[in-house]
Amino acid sequence: MMKLFSKILIIGAVLLFSTALYAAEKKPVLNAGDTAWMLTSALLVLMMSIPGVALFYGGLVGRKNIVSTVTQTFTIACIVTITWYVLGYSITFTEGTYNSIVGGFSKAFLNGIGVAALQGTIPETVFVIYQLTFAIITAALICGAVVERINFGALFFFIILWSILVYAPIGHMVWGGGYLAEKGVLDFAGGTVVHINSGVAALVAAIVLGKRKSPVRPNNVVLSLIGGSLLWVGWFGFNAGSAVAANGTAGMAMLVTQVATATAALAWMILEWFSSEKKPSLLGILSGAIAGLVAITPAAGFVTPSGAFFIGLAAGIICYFACTKIKKALGYDDSLDVFGIHGVGGIVGAILTGVFAVKAVGGASGMIEGNGGQVTLQLLGVAVTVIYTAIMTYIILKFVGLFTKLRASDEHERSGLDLSQHGEQVS
Amino acid sequence: MVYEGSSMKLITAIVKPEQADNVKRALSKIGVHGLTMTEVKGYGRQKGHTEFYRGSEYEVAFLPKTKLEVAVSSKNFKKVLDTIQKTAKTGKIGDGKIFVTSLSAVVRIRTGEKGEKAI
Repeated sequence: MMKLFSKILIIGAVLLFSTALYAAEKKPVLNAGDTAWMLTSALLVLMMSIPGVALFYGGLVGRKNIVSTVTQTFTIACIVTITWYVLGYSITFTEGTYNSIVGGFSKAFLNGIGVAALQGTIPETVFVIYQLTFAIITAALICGAVVERINFGALFFFIILWSILVYAPIGHMVWGGGYLAEKGVLDFAGGTVVHINSGVAALVAAIVLGKRKSPVRPNNVVLSLIGGSLLWVGWFGFNAGSAVAANGTAGMAMLVTQVATATAALAWMILEWFSSEKKPSLLGILSGAIAGLVAITPAAGFVTPSGAFFIGLAAGIICYFACTKIKKALGYDDSLDVFGIHGVGGIVGAILTGVFAVKAVGGASGMIEGNGGQVTLQLLGVAVTVIYTAIMTYIILKFVGLFTKLRASDEHERSGLDLSQHGEQVS
Repeated sequence: MVYEGSSMKLITAIVKPEQADNVKRALSKIGVHGLTMTEVKGYGRQKGHTEFYRGSEYEVAFLPKTKLEVAVSSKNFKKVLDTIQKTAKTGKIGDGKIFVTSLSAVVRIRTGEKGEKAI
């Protein structure tokens, strides 16, 4: 009888102990709601590039460069998929020997990512493709600075190298446990990784390539309206999806995105209305909207709707002057203002995230809650990204230039890249 | 040269695109049943205009106009010319111009009719 009793005691103790152990480990479990939302978000962010960016840019170039511009975006979506599968994902999201800058090669060729692998509460497969869509849009945005003159072959090789040597390390530093992540830089959805990164790369590329011979007016701003609207809608996958869960943070991210975007759009339009142009233009309100989307990106999971209002207002005003006045004064030809909107908007957003972050929203306090140090950290994030991207982009362009001409020939530029580089045209 | 001495005229009018329907309706009323319309671009005293995209100025030299071509017999000529001038007019710069040239021959392809019968 005593024996039986002690046996029961032992079994009971073991059971208790193992439940306690189980609770302590918190074995990750797949959450169907989170997974469904992240599958959807991946689609939304892919839609931002194709056809979002393609049409947004396609409408802004001259008539003889429409095919060329949309082909560049579409091709980049394919190239970056392959580089992500081969190396990009592994370098961004695994631990490496030099972990502060780059990850390792353990998941090269997406090695070992099976059906059952989890990342948090979603399948790792979903995480891989969700993150891939960010890598795609970052590279696709750069094109806007070099359209109407870049040699397609040079762009092809540039993107292969850039997506591995620039995007993946910056992604690792911010999201993959690298230097900036350790320091505590806040970047909810990719203000540094996507926007400052692509904006600075675009500026460097525009300067290295030089100006276009004779820029012409946009062929169809309505195409840009369609592309810009797809960007706005897709951005909910970008920002709310960056919660990597279907929860309250995702909801707040979506709400603040809408507020910041509308504010920046109206700010830009009103400035233009009362400036020398004296007309509220479609391209003006579209540009303001993109600037607002960019600036709220790093802040989306950290600020309140009122914080978003001020971030949108600042982005609309500052990006307007960056694109219409500062660019002219400095004289570089960033054809479609990738730096003026994504670079400048990204920097404005990164810094203001450090100002308007509210602990109750995303667990981090900014300057308005007395944590001025966060602004310094945000500036560090901006500086590291700007310096790394600028230097690496320059080196990659010079390297590609050793093998092929970076610019299309003058004759091809004059006749348009549609016919000269692709043998097709919009009739 | 059987066609020499013809007094038929070809009227070529360059008008504002938004006036073209007006002209066409008026011409139908006075019995002009054939007319060719082409979308063209050009400039005159109105010159072009300036467009702004994100603060950059673009000069647009050629403005869209509509070119109307009507062949008329000598007896209808004055009436048609006046109708076009009145109905195309808005009084603002850029209303366009009318050119008149003499027409040495007209042939209706289906029947082979020639001269004023073919108009």
